[in-house]
Amino acid sequence: MQETAIEVRPGGADHIRRTVAASFERTAIAQERQLAPLTDDLVLVDSGLDSLCFAIIVAQLEDELGLDPFSDLDDDLFPVNFAEFVQLYETAAQGQAA
Amino acid sequence: MPSLRARLIAACPPAGARLVAPGASLELAALAAGDGAGAELAGRSVLVRTATQLGAAQALVELDGRARRLVLCPPDLAAEHLPYVVGEAGVEAVVTDAPQRLPADLGLPVHSLRAPAGGADVVEPPGEAATEWLLFTSGTTGKPKLVIHRLAGLTGAIAAPPPSGEGGAGARRPVWATFYDIRRYGGLQVLLRALVGGCALALSEAAEPLADRLARFAALGVTHVTGTPSHWRLLLMHPQAGMIAPAYVRLSGEIADQAVLDRLRATFPDARIVHAYASTEAGVGFEVDDGLEGFPEHFVGGDGPVALKVVDGSLRIRSARAATGYAGPTALTDDEGFFDTDDMVELKDRRWRFVGRRSGVINVGGLKVHPEEVEAVINRHPAVRVCRVRARRSPITGSLVSAEVALDDPAQAGSPELEAALRDSIFELCRASLPPHKAPAMLRFVSDLQMTPGGKLERTNG
Repeated sequence: MQETAIEVRPGGADHIRRTVAASFERTAIAQERQLAPLTDDLVLVDSGLDSLCFAIIVAQLEDELGLDPFSDLDDDLFPVNFAEFVQLYETAAQGQAA
Repeated sequence: MPSLRARLIAACPPAGARLVAPGASLELAALAAGDGAGAELAGRSVLVRTATQLGAAQALVELDGRARRLVLCPPDLAAEHLPYVVGEAGVEAVVTDAPQRLPADLGLPVHSLRAPAGGADVVEPPGEAATEWLLFTSGTTGKPKLVIHRLAGLTGAIAAPPPSGEGGAGARRPVWATFYDIRRYGGLQVLLRALVGGCALALSEAAEPLADRLARFAALGVTHVTGTPSHWRLLLMHPQAGMIAPAYVRLSGEIADQAVLDRLRATFPDARIVHAYASTEAGVGFEVDDGLEGFPEHFVGGDGPVALKVVDGSLRIRSARAATGYAGPTALTDDEGFFDTDDMVELKDRRWRFVGRRSGVINVGGLKVHPEEVEAVINRHPAVRVCRVRARRSPITGSLVSAEVALDDPAQAGSPELEAALRDSIFELCRASLPPHKAPAMLRFVSDLQMTPGGKLERTNG
């Protein structure tokens, strides 16, 4: 049975970005947070989400994308803005495909 | 203290009163008469390893007051642990109803139970010794842990039966039924209630379908039924739950949350519904029958036969019904005689509520969550039959709260639209009742949740 009811078309150039954005939006609604517009330069700590929200997003993305790039991440590589967050998953996906 | 057999005889079990298992039964009067075998085991430490519950009941009646020790094996005790148990408890002989199932290399004399010879003269052994009853604690992994009880403590919570001939013609003896296995503490309590009260008792076997069990219970006219909240949740979901009409419903062994108490009340409107706090180590602590979860504030701090205190959030019990110690060097109680139950409680609105086991705490970013307090909220949802909350590892917060939910109507599962709507409504209920870190971050629908052999929700992390 699937974990979530979000609709994301598999494949496509921006599949990962759309999956990440959907998870941010869904989690913000669920946690009753005011989410800032998801622009590339949005600084994550200013996004309106707290660490619990990010923990939920990372778990959702692990279920949906099969990727868990945070588990092996050095602290100093932690993404700062939204683009870096998406990039982290895109890099992980490339590593998995390779 | 009279032996179990002496108390059974004193209860004058009426003709026909039996212990009833699926496909077999044992008359209480025959149990009282015995097979005369206990004499050869007098003064020894005896392992009771039976294939059937009826065999165990017979062995207990034979041995109490005669054996120095009896060690009651639960049905799922692995044979590989037997040498350790034999050493730990100084076992000198084995009583069994299935000698062919014993490991060949135990190196102990084996006594095979014979059918009790009903009607034989009963000769009480002279100078009854207080037999030590060694019981296995539940929920342990690895090497089993044994605690030491005596019959007086084990029966300490059982009200004395009315003297024979009193109570009028309308005062009928209870007919007990249990979902527990009598070879564990919870089931043993029911067996002892039946024996010292001279009452019939219907037993459960896991292999028997619930529908057959309900039909059997109904045919026997059961009046007093006992099980864990998990057992009861399963029964409440059964279309034929109404086949039985117990006057007395008892829950113990797990937290009885408000949802299960309310459902029992709705299904058995005339029953006395009691949830008891008991454990193999602490014995029967107390009983609550006001229909509310938790227990009244004033239970803690008194100095009666069962004294309770709360230290560092966990419930501590000092009781004559508790075990007197572990079989081994570990101390069971603190210097004042209090046993730490590791059950965490919180006081709110003048009521103590169980929030979970100390060892089960989920740490979400440094904040503690007890799975059971989240489960109690989810179980309040009308579409939910049972749920289990567990930790999910998180690289951000260490752990997250994750829930698995089995629905009342299994047909609802599998439909994405229905599941999405139900998920939203369960999340909404949790967010309204719990702080954000306690509300489940993930929720998955499952067809069923496993129970342990002891009838508790399986909590092994998978």
